Amino acid sequence: MTTDILTVADLKKYFVIGHSGILKREPITVKAVDGISFGVREGETFGLVGESGSGKSTVAYTTIGMYRPTEGSISFRGRSLFDGNKERPLAIKKEIQIVFQDPGSSLNPRRSIKQILELPLQVHRQDENRLEQVVRLLEMVELPPDYMQKYPQMLGGGEKQMVAIARALATDPSFIILDEPTSALDVSIQAKIINLLIRLQNEFHLSYLFITHDLSLMRNVASRVAIMYLGKICEVAEAAEFFRNPYHPYTRMLLSSIPVISEEEEKLKPKKIISTGEIPSPVNVPTGCSFHLRCPAKLNVCSEVDPVMVEIEGQTGLARHTVRCHLYGQAG
Amino acid sequence: MRFEMGTSPLLEIKDLHVHFDVYGGTLRVLDGVNFTVHSGQKVGLVGETGCGKTTTMKSILRILPMPPARIPRGEIYFKGQDVLKMGEGELRQVRSEGISMIFQDPTAALNPVFTIGQQLGAVVKYSMEGKKLSKKEIRERAIIPLKEVALPDPERMLDSYPIQLSGGMRQRVCIAMALVASRELLIADEPGTSLDVTIEDQILRLLHRLVEEKNVSVILITHTLGVVRETTDRVYVMYAGNMVEMAATEELFAQPLHPYTRGLMDAVPRLTGGGIADGIPGRIPDYLNPPPGCRFHPRCPRAMEICRQEKPSFYGKRSGVSDNHEVACFLYRDSE
Amino acid sequence: MSIIGLVTVLLIVFLAVFAPLVATHPKHASAFVDFANASSPPCRIYPFGTDVVGRDILSRIFFGFRFSLVMGVVVLALVVPPGVTLGLVAGYNQGTWLDTAIMRITDIFLAVPPLVLALAMCSVLTPNLFNAMIAVSLMWWPWYTRLVYGLASTLRNEFFVSSAEAIGASKAHIIFREILPNCISPIFTKMSLDVGWVILIGSSLSFVGLGVQPPRPGLGTMVADGARYLPDQWWISVFPALAIVVVVLGFNLLGDGLRDMFAAEEG
Repeated sequence: MTTDILTVADLKKYFVIGHSGILKREPITVKAVDGISFGVREGETFGLVGESGSGKSTVAYTTIGMYRPTEGSISFRGRSLFDGNKERPLAIKKEIQIVFQDPGSSLNPRRSIKQILELPLQVHRQDENRLEQVVRLLEMVELPPDYMQKYPQMLGGGEKQMVAIARALATDPSFIILDEPTSALDVSIQAKIINLLIRLQNEFHLSYLFITHDLSLMRNVASRVAIMYLGKICEVAEAAEFFRNPYHPYTRMLLSSIPVISEEEEKLKPKKIISTGEIPSPVNVPTGCSFHLRCPAKLNVCSEVDPVMVEIEGQTGLARHTVRCHLYGQAG
Repeated sequence: MRFEMGTSPLLEIKDLHVHFDVYGGTLRVLDGVNFTVHSGQKVGLVGETGCGKTTTMKSILRILPMPPARIPRGEIYFKGQDVLKMGEGELRQVRSEGISMIFQDPTAALNPVFTIGQQLGAVVKYSMEGKKLSKKEIRERAIIPLKEVALPDPERMLDSYPIQLSGGMRQRVCIAMALVASRELLIADEPGTSLDVTIEDQILRLLHRLVEEKNVSVILITHTLGVVRETTDRVYVMYAGNMVEMAATEELFAQPLHPYTRGLMDAVPRLTGGGIADGIPGRIPDYLNPPPGCRFHPRCPRAMEICRQEKPSFYGKRSGVSDNHEVACFLYRDSE
Repeated sequence: MSIIGLVTVLLIVFLAVFAPLVATHPKHASAFVDFANASSPPCRIYPFGTDVVGRDILSRIFFGFRFSLVMGVVVLALVVPPGVTLGLVAGYNQGTWLDTAIMRITDIFLAVPPLVLALAMCSVLTPNLFNAMIAVSLMWWPWYTRLVYGLASTLRNEFFVSSAEAIGASKAHIIFREILPNCISPIFTKMSLDVGWVILIGSSLSFVGLGVQPPRPGLGTMVADGARYLPDQWWISVFPALAIVVVVLGFNLLGDGLRDMFAAEEG
């Protein structure tokens, strides 16, 4: 039995975006993340999938420490990441790193690749030969050593992302958050980055929290997948099981919407369900199950009661498959 | 959709070259593009960032900023007339009645300070060619396309500002505007790329339905192979300012020929799993100094000596599946 | 145009630095009397004429450039480091009490018209060049704080700042190594534009007698001296005034050029 390296328990993150009224000022809040729980196992890639407004990036930013949770907790190897108002200790920062979506913004245009890669070494590894380390980091991401002297704008999008990955590796972390690391890139370049990430994971025994909106990509990288919709998780399962037997109507809608390039894939897409409706604004989340306005299998109860997570026996056997939908209530 | 060989095409681009004069030299972006759309066809144009897809489409409507762009060579025939040689009046007619375009970012395509009704009304007015309409009539006519794109509560929609609508709704408004006048050709430039998957699916299905109903021809520009497969009947694959392969959609996905097309297809993650191939090494060439010969040769796993020297022309391949499958690659030189 | 600015600025710097060698009558730069040639209109010996005590206007203008440039350089040297640092700190800590404190104080200084405060200060203190520089500096730093605050509060949301924070880099590193380098071009542009304005204000102070003190040849002082003899002996004040125009224009053209250059580099 593998243990969880990262545990998210009932995490909530609300943002106050303004105030209503003039005399009695009621805060207007966005429930970006509204009570989610999951665990990432040692050495696995946990995929978090969602569309815009689902709160998947908020989960990433909270985990890395850019936000504090409104409620709930995130712990790393059993140790809480938020200890009062204290700054996160360096020892934990070293273990958890992040690769952002847009390498154009995550690499400082005024700093050379060498300077960018030296920073984590300066902070975390004082004794070693830095130049050697920088060369080794570039090697790890398959870039030639002379890239040290270059500046980000001289590199292509894929190469920039490789530098961002090298920077994340520089602290010698055990857990990396990948926030849509390839969605700004072309497919032909995406493939290389993905394979690099998989290789690095095996080589350094890394655990990934992989955030994306691309289910097809998820199928190829994740060991387990969680689907988010408007700040809540609606389904979690092992990747293989998940794509064979999606339960939640939203998951099915998502799957049926994916453009695919072969007949075999076409067969995996649920046929009976087609995408309808708009994604509601997270400021104004529908009551009950937040998906009920778009749901083709809506029951009367759906508009009133928010369903809870229930475990369903996966058809592939031992795989744990949980879903949050009234269709699979206590009776199921 | 079938068409008769021999009938004159709706749109025909011949040997189009587009250059951009920039500080430090000339970017030779389009390098002899050939492209044909027949009446009633749905044509996909696939290629990655910077391959020149949008430049090609902008030159059709002559909305490229000139300078820095210039067209040293090439012809673009729309219904037999060269768009590049048209005067202002004819060009306006093509833009208002013949061809319309939908852009990737619906937010940028709509003016934030006017209501949907005002913007749609303006398009209605232009399409009437001088006929005077009362405000009420314009409103009545403007509401029709809004209903066609299945926007909820079209009456209220007319008085809304773009910012009050979601991304998907804005794109629907753009489609409505594009289809006010009965156009013959619709150019959709990545119409769903800025939207979420489930919304993109809705938009593409809407586009598909309207196009069938109104019998409009479509050019769908995208970098997603899956989108092309599901919505077009003919595909052009573009790389670094050249068309590299063209075929009936089914044929192309069953049997991609060009090494670039193959590399691209292998790199697409499949819903069936099993990992992805390593993609295509290197990156798109610098248009200031594009490689000689076939522009793909520096990245091509099967490059030969001749690829470095000569630019390949199109080699045809006839198969049982469809009419013509052509590929610009020396590997298929002898398969005629 | 920016080339003209650059050439003008270089020429002024050259004339100022080598004034004792370039000027035809270096002695005229201080107390000197030659009533025989007093109030001579422009001629071959005195191209810009002489003033009421017979000093060569052209030579005095060359020396006047020295005071102007010293004014510009010293004021900016006093103003830019604290102004920029405060802007960076406030911008990086946007939304906190530190931000509020710094920016409100900045606003208070911005609310007072600079020339008026400089006038007030100089009339309270002994009127001389040094105090004029102090007064102008006190008025000038908030502009840099404002400029840099705007830049820094945007840059702090860039993901490279988040990355540095995730790595555990110090605040000083983030402020001065990550954010500051991205503010350099607008700061330089503003500095080159400001040299001209500082010189103009310095000249204004001299004009009303609160800056460079006679007999030293401040450009503003010279304009003021000659003003009494207008319009008959126009050259006494018109040429120094033109010199001010040239200096200010030169630095402004240079600043515009720098801005275009940085914009091209970024685009």
